[in-house]
Amino acid sequence: MQLIPCPWCGPREEAEFHYGGQAHVAYPEDPAALTDEQWAQYVFFRENPSGPFAERWSHHAGCRRWFNAVRDTRTHDLLAVYRVGEPMPEVTA
Amino acid sequence: MTVSPLAAWRDRLAALAPVLDVAEVPFRSQLTVRVSDPDALAAAGSALGVPFPSAACTFTSGTGPFGDAEVLWLGPDEFLVTASPGLQVTIEEVLRGALGTAGGSVVDTSAQRTTVVLQGPLVRQVLAHGCSVDLHPSSAPVGTCVQTLLARTGIVLQVTGEDRCTILVRSSFAEYFAAWLADACTEYLAVA
Repeated sequence: MQLIPCPWCGPREEAEFHYGGQAHVAYPEDPAALTDEQWAQYVFFRENPSGPFAERWSHHAGCRRWFNAVRDTRTHDLLAVYRVGEPMPEVTA
Repeated sequence: MTVSPLAAWRDRLAALAPVLDVAEVPFRSQLTVRVSDPDALAAAGSALGVPFPSAACTFTSGTGPFGDAEVLWLGPDEFLVTASPGLQVTIEEVLRGALGTAGGSVVDTSAQRTTVVLQGPLVRQVLAHGCSVDLHPSSAPVGTCVQTLLARTGIVLQVTGEDRCTILVRSSFAEYFAAWLADACTEYLAVA
């Protein structure tokens, strides 16, 4: 089974983690001002790249912290992991 | 009368003795402490007589006003304090006082988990049957404390000696854990 390197606990089995979707989706500054279409865009629309993708993961069976990871969607390789609040590192796929 | 989660398993666990000495240590005082302020952490550590662990995936132990106590790292701002049974209310009040106005929480979680002590030269080998964390002494030295999955159930695993581990398992999963442990020991019992 694939090991995922938790930024707090180190490499752990994939079964200990939960997937949280695309990272760095900012909450709208003034949600009330959005049109229905813009709101739907924020709530439902996510990128679907072929290649490196910044995602949120939760180490739910370990330290129970959310963190971000850059995963190559073609190979399932985790190229980088970083803690919430840290900038996305440069990666080369 | 209060019955410990593994009371019904005492004899069956004792029968594993040629391979592993298994003993439940029920009703330990356990408190979940959430605090990130370093000064408050130091104050809580001195109130308890045991410094809080500064490194991830480790635990500290010592003797203080509440006797032997341990502090387990569960997350970057989350710790589990364990001590002898019956002290949870007193420790809760003392730790709350130590945290002061720093912001944080102390919650009595004694009923959440039961404690099982495993001892024997094969302890790491038996646990490796269901645990993906590397338990070799070079990567899990004495003082290691990890939350992980053992045979799909969540546990806190403390490495307390070269061939001794302490497992904290949810009370409702304790019988499952005991059954899994008995099964994992079977192949060693046959040759013991």
